[in-house]
Amino acid sequence: MLYRISPLVAYTVFFRGAFGSWYAISETLKRTIPLLLVGSGLALAFRAQVLNIGAEGQILFGAVAATWVALFLSPPAGVTLLVMFLLGFLAGAGWALIPAFLKTRFAVNEVLSSLMLNYVAFNVVLYLIAGPWKGKSVRGFTYTDTFPESAWLGTLGMTKVPYFTLFSGIVVAILGYYFLKKTAWGFELRIVGNSPDTARLLGISEERVIFLTMMLSGGLAGFAGVGEVAGIHHLLRHPSHISLGYGYTAIIVAWLARANPLATLLTAFLLGALISGGDALRVSLGIPFQVVSVFNGLILFFLIATERFGHYRVSVRRKVKG
Amino acid sequence: MEMDDVVMEETPGTNAGEGSGVEVAFRSVTKRFPPHIIANDRVSFEIERGTVHALLGENGAGKSTLMNILYGLLQPDEGEILVRGRSVTIPSPQKAIALGIGMVHQHFKLIPTHTVAENIILGLPSVPFFFPAKREIRHIVELSERYGLRVDPRARVWQLSAGEKQKMEILKALYRRANILILDEPTSVLTPQEVEELFTTLRAMKGEGKTCIFITHKLNEVMAVADRVTVMRYGKVKATLRPSETSSQELAQMMVGKKVIAVVPRRYTSREMVLRLENVWVMGDRDFPALLDVSLTVSQGEIVGVAGVAGNGQRELAEIVTGLRKVKQGRLFLGEKEITHLTPREIASLGVAYIPEERHLGLVGSMSVAENLIFRTYDRPPFSQGFLVDWGKVEAHTERLISDYHIYPPFPALPVKLLSGGNRQRVLLARELERNPRLVIASNPTAGLDVAGVEAIHELLLKAQEKGAGILLISGDLDELLKLANRIVVLFRGGIIGEREREQWTEDDRRDIGLMMGGVKR
Repeated sequence: MLYRISPLVAYTVFFRGAFGSWYAISETLKRTIPLLLVGSGLALAFRAQVLNIGAEGQILFGAVAATWVALFLSPPAGVTLLVMFLLGFLAGAGWALIPAFLKTRFAVNEVLSSLMLNYVAFNVVLYLIAGPWKGKSVRGFTYTDTFPESAWLGTLGMTKVPYFTLFSGIVVAILGYYFLKKTAWGFELRIVGNSPDTARLLGISEERVIFLTMMLSGGLAGFAGVGEVAGIHHLLRHPSHISLGYGYTAIIVAWLARANPLATLLTAFLLGALISGGDALRVSLGIPFQVVSVFNGLILFFLIATERFGHYRVSVRRKVKG
Repeated sequence: MEMDDVVMEETPGTNAGEGSGVEVAFRSVTKRFPPHIIANDRVSFEIERGTVHALLGENGAGKSTLMNILYGLLQPDEGEILVRGRSVTIPSPQKAIALGIGMVHQHFKLIPTHTVAENIILGLPSVPFFFPAKREIRHIVELSERYGLRVDPRARVWQLSAGEKQKMEILKALYRRANILILDEPTSVLTPQEVEELFTTLRAMKGEGKTCIFITHKLNEVMAVADRVTVMRYGKVKATLRPSETSSQELAQMMVGKKVIAVVPRRYTSREMVLRLENVWVMGDRDFPALLDVSLTVSQGEIVGVAGVAGNGQRELAEIVTGLRKVKQGRLFLGEKEITHLTPREIASLGVAYIPEERHLGLVGSMSVAENLIFRTYDRPPFSQGFLVDWGKVEAHTERLISDYHIYPPFPALPVKLLSGGNRQRVLLARELERNPRLVIASNPTAGLDVAGVEAIHELLLKAQEKGAGILLISGDLDELLKLANRIVVLFRGGIIGEREREQWTEDDRRDIGLMMGGVKR
């Protein structure tokens, strides 16, 4: 309305941008992939009451590790991608180990420590792309050289959707669910998450659960970071372009899924649609991206604010007179 | 006897303002907690001005309820309260404070990051908005000197010991010009030295004409400091008398009462030791020793009862045997194996079952009955070969336990929090006893259960004993111990003050144990 655009038109554009065409769906899937990978990892952590807010930084560290492999380590072409994903996972997990260590050793609140490390990771990437890793062929721009093609992920048909990470995301969500349900470790994780005091009484190591969930969620975030640079950008660039806040949005993905990895399949797709629909608004209606962000923020806000009501059942009762 | 007292003292008490008279009078005060509990049943007695009046009784005798009524936290259903001769209703603690009544609770209600002075003046309307504590410090210091309550008003509350916090609470009441001070089991958190200091303070307050009401179940404290004592049992006043006119024995008898003990004589034949504590010292949470040089054994098939008033080291005893608390000095053995430094998990896997006092710790309410039943065994055969849990086997196991232990309703997938207290306790016992433990540590296993629930739990414990388990039964309920135990040790202030072994418990034993619980050696 502020832009003299009918809200109906805006919503139409929004939904078309998210689901309206094969292209729109592919854009949505592109956003869904990192949200799914990170979100299912965070679901595990949140289930154990380990509040990893540092996925954004862990994504970036995965991307950094991948870039290092692609541009500087240069392993044999056949295994480049494999090494990238492996090191990317380890980089994300390693970055998440810092808050895990601080929490278990010094009882430092992991929310704060993991959040702060996001800013560190952000600026490490900025430093790398403007300094030592600045591309030789990019002139004034701040990003690295393009990866060799052996470090590119294949995409689905004509789209920009890397199938390997899409497939991984789905598998991870399902595996995460089975991990919680069927394994002894998943069982311990749920006991710790539900009642740390009972876990202590039973002699279950809370420390082990903290390390495990931090490393899994951090590792999956790193894995997602590799997917972004290897599948979409093919170089390391400004951190807010590598991750469109996926590390933060994935918190909501995991949370809306009630920390159930299987449910992140749905919530990640919904929030992916929110991002791509917002892009469509920006492109076709010329709404500034700040306004789109406010719009997206409001949708999320109302989603979260009303989530509570999902616990209630609507029942109509006749008023008793007298 | 109680009626005599009331009649005798009614005359001088009814008029307010005379030199010595009645400060507080309870007239037929009744308080019910529906549906079944009558916490106070027509309670009548009087408290004289300028005296220390002890309120003596076991847990659940109704002492705290009565004092909460006086302090305005609860409303009586019937009866009246007279303060300085005038009938009053006390709808809130504010009103109680206005009437000059102060209360020091068993659990302190303080703000740990604020200073002593700030906590004392907190919430008073007369306090200035800026730098509130500064002006009042002098007044606080003066009060603390007058009553021997030495606390640094500038110290932060989290730095204080339990004793200092209590002094602070007393200061807080005095600062609010309390003439009547209620102390709810004030000595339960204190060291012996601090208890002496508290008594000095009480005497000083008495000297100033203030009245102290002192809730306790320790006989020696009554004998040491009280001018008069009211004994309560099952919500009724048994007697009000002067300690000088009675004896510890008589008081103990009144407090514990005479009950027919249903004795089921049981013999255990084996003398094979299951648990042995050798000169064990343990620090409590408040940084003074909770157990001092305790030695104790439990044999195969023996039920050893640990009697004592809560807070005399029982919790710490359970925690060291299960590995949840570190031993400071001394050694623990399970059979021949030393377990002093083992983890809770290692000790549990050696065959030690634990029924913790805090029931919510043993179970996770949001998880299912089936899940709760495998908390000890989920990572070992037959339920797991290492990584995966075989839920098919768990299901079968759960259904068997549900029928063996009569868990109702019989649904394995039901979250435990939806079960009744008694059924929750059955789930816990099913899990712990199913492993055929060598040793069972049970802490107040029947607290808060109804009669049927209590019976069921007792049967389960006896069945475990029959199978040869040694049982350490820690209970605040003396009747429970007399019903089940082969041997009873009494914990008092972290030490074993006495011990009895019987095939048949007698009324004398009950009296003696009651006395020992109050700190009197027999």
